[in-house]
Amino acid sequence: MNEPARDAARWAQEVAEWEADEVAKFLARSPERKAQFATLGGFPLKRVYTPSDVADTPPADIGLPGRYPFTRGPYPTMYRGRIWTMRQIAGFGTAEDTNGRFKYLIANGQTGLSTDFDMPTLMGYDSDHPMSEGEVGREGVAIDTLADMEALFDGIDLERISVSMTINPSAWILLAMYVALARRRGLDLDKLSGTIQADILKEYQAQKEWIYPVAPSVRIVRDCITYCARHMKRYNPINISGYHVSEAGSSPLDEIAFTMCNLIAYVEQVTATGMHVDEFAPRLAFFYVCQADFFEEIAKFRAARRVYAKIMKERFGARNPESMRLRFHCQTAAASLTRPQHKVNIVRTSLQALAAVLGGAQSLHTNGMDEAFAIPTEEAMRIALRTQQVVAEESGVASVVDPLGGSYFVESLTTQYEKAIFAVIDEVDAKGGTVKLTEEGWFQRRIADFAYETALKKASGEKPVLGVNRYVDPHETFDDVELHPYDKSTAQRQIARLNRVRAERDGAKVAALLERLVEVARDETQNVMPVTIELVAAGASMGDVVEKLKGLWGTYRERPVF
Amino acid sequence: MDPSADRIRVLVAKVGLDGHDRGVKIVARTLRDAGMDVIYTGLHRTPEEVVEAAVQEDVDVLGVSILSGAHMTVFPRILDALRARQAEDIVVVGGGVIPDDEAAALKRLGVRELMLQDTPPEAIVAMIRRVVAERGAR
Repeated sequence: MNEPARDAARWAQEVAEWEADEVAKFLARSPERKAQFATLGGFPLKRVYTPSDVADTPPADIGLPGRYPFTRGPYPTMYRGRIWTMRQIAGFGTAEDTNGRFKYLIANGQTGLSTDFDMPTLMGYDSDHPMSEGEVGREGVAIDTLADMEALFDGIDLERISVSMTINPSAWILLAMYVALARRRGLDLDKLSGTIQADILKEYQAQKEWIYPVAPSVRIVRDCITYCARHMKRYNPINISGYHVSEAGSSPLDEIAFTMCNLIAYVEQVTATGMHVDEFAPRLAFFYVCQADFFEEIAKFRAARRVYAKIMKERFGARNPESMRLRFHCQTAAASLTRPQHKVNIVRTSLQALAAVLGGAQSLHTNGMDEAFAIPTEEAMRIALRTQQVVAEESGVASVVDPLGGSYFVESLTTQYEKAIFAVIDEVDAKGGTVKLTEEGWFQRRIADFAYETALKKASGEKPVLGVNRYVDPHETFDDVELHPYDKSTAQRQIARLNRVRAERDGAKVAALLERLVEVARDETQNVMPVTIELVAAGASMGDVVEKLKGLWGTYRERPVF
Repeated sequence: MDPSADRIRVLVAKVGLDGHDRGVKIVARTLRDAGMDVIYTGLHRTPEEVVEAAVQEDVDVLGVSILSGAHMTVFPRILDALRARQAEDIVVVGGGVIPDDEAAALKRLGVRELMLQDTPPEAIVAMIRRVVAERGAR
């Protein structure tokens, strides 16, 4: 037996003696609060952790920050060099309305932009489509044409601030608009930094925004990745997202495991074009939630980095370390926030933000306290941003990299997470892979099952939610909660600009380009990005592009499982 | 007598572009586990499609989940479509993220009950039984 194994055995024996002696005597006088403890994700918890619990974790798997397998962080200095990007998402009304909120957030110390689009933009409908009625500019900003994009980023230097866009089935069109805008401004594409979400597989699994069937949708994602790899070297062409998987109700384990399954599907698509993994993997980015269980979330993030590193190196043969380091944006958990006693949400969000930072996030959105009412007010966003600034500038936690590294408990849970994630990946591989299981509803069923279990645990009080199943205030009213107002003139203003663009553009040119788009789309060896960039520059609307390709690819309809 | 004759039939629906389906699925499962016949439309339906399905399925209750903020557009269209089909005996209820003043306005228009987030499952079951009992036999 080597030295660590002897040490672990000694500790296991000492723990057994301690359980029989001190613990047994103490429990006889004073029982514990419950018979069994577990994380919110269902991982059983021991009373205390010792070196015997990390005996199965090779020291090299813990390692050092900025070095394979990156458990302790993607960069060697982490927040000692640069604090994470404070990236509050914003989007409502027309482009001018959201541009105003962007400038407010920048003036308050925000360091990156993040854009929320309205439902029609997310689903690829123009603002005057019948399906858009009542939705224009409500949950996010409305974008139909390049003219909207110009107004959205008016007065904002896109070579200096990174811009994230939460957009999926229609992501390639917004990316095209972003490129066209940059060209019009004479910017260097290689200097643009930012992200489009463009993670379509998790849409079918969780967030449920789609247009086309799975196969052509994944091909579009492939085209975004290969286009950016060749033309936008600092831009993240995808944000592989567990956030929506979690918010749709999954366990934290499935949140990470599903992103890894989706990652594998995308990497296989791109490498099938002949592109080597090291040509694009350094720009793959991730997006995770930070839920309420403090240590579980930290272990989850650390395990995600380790699993990613091993997949990229061992499964895909990456050689560049940058292809193996997982970088992620993090958002605190919207679904953990309550309507009752909503100011308590500030405290929940603070703890989640702290866990995100201790877990090594590269950028962070903290939710507004009014999340359960409507999209956030300026005041709610200011406090959410200040929450991050307190963690960054007052708490001192940013001074040491991965300060919880080496904790017997955190390392043990990290390794348990790693093993459980690989077990899910193995199951998906064995059952035929991610695309097949997505089409069959396998992921959707697992999410719905855990969501239902969580609802029952909330109802029974087993999962405590203050203000909802304990410390309820029966006299609470909501009259004094300030809400973000919806400007009823939004749709009218938006449609007016759309009509102006349609009137002023060269209709014959747009029509000819749309025909070329279909030709390109039909040929799977081609990339849809260049012609789409030409289209939006010529004044084509998102709806023009989307509807044209529905003729070729058809639309997706879900068979719901519940 | 057919034991299923007095089983409550519910159609739960998602209308418009809103893709938040965590709640509607939990509600569907909760009502099914409580012994009701539950049909779920799936996502992205129009108000007219939902009303057509409710009439075809001869349901007692039509439950609409909406978290996108478009409730003031969606519910009036559903109520209109029910009136046009002379199917006003189908009780309309809703759930989602809906500000209090707009919830009150929707109730005045004819939405029978609205359940906002964190409504416990058993309260939803009780509410459905109550509104069907209040409507009486058809």
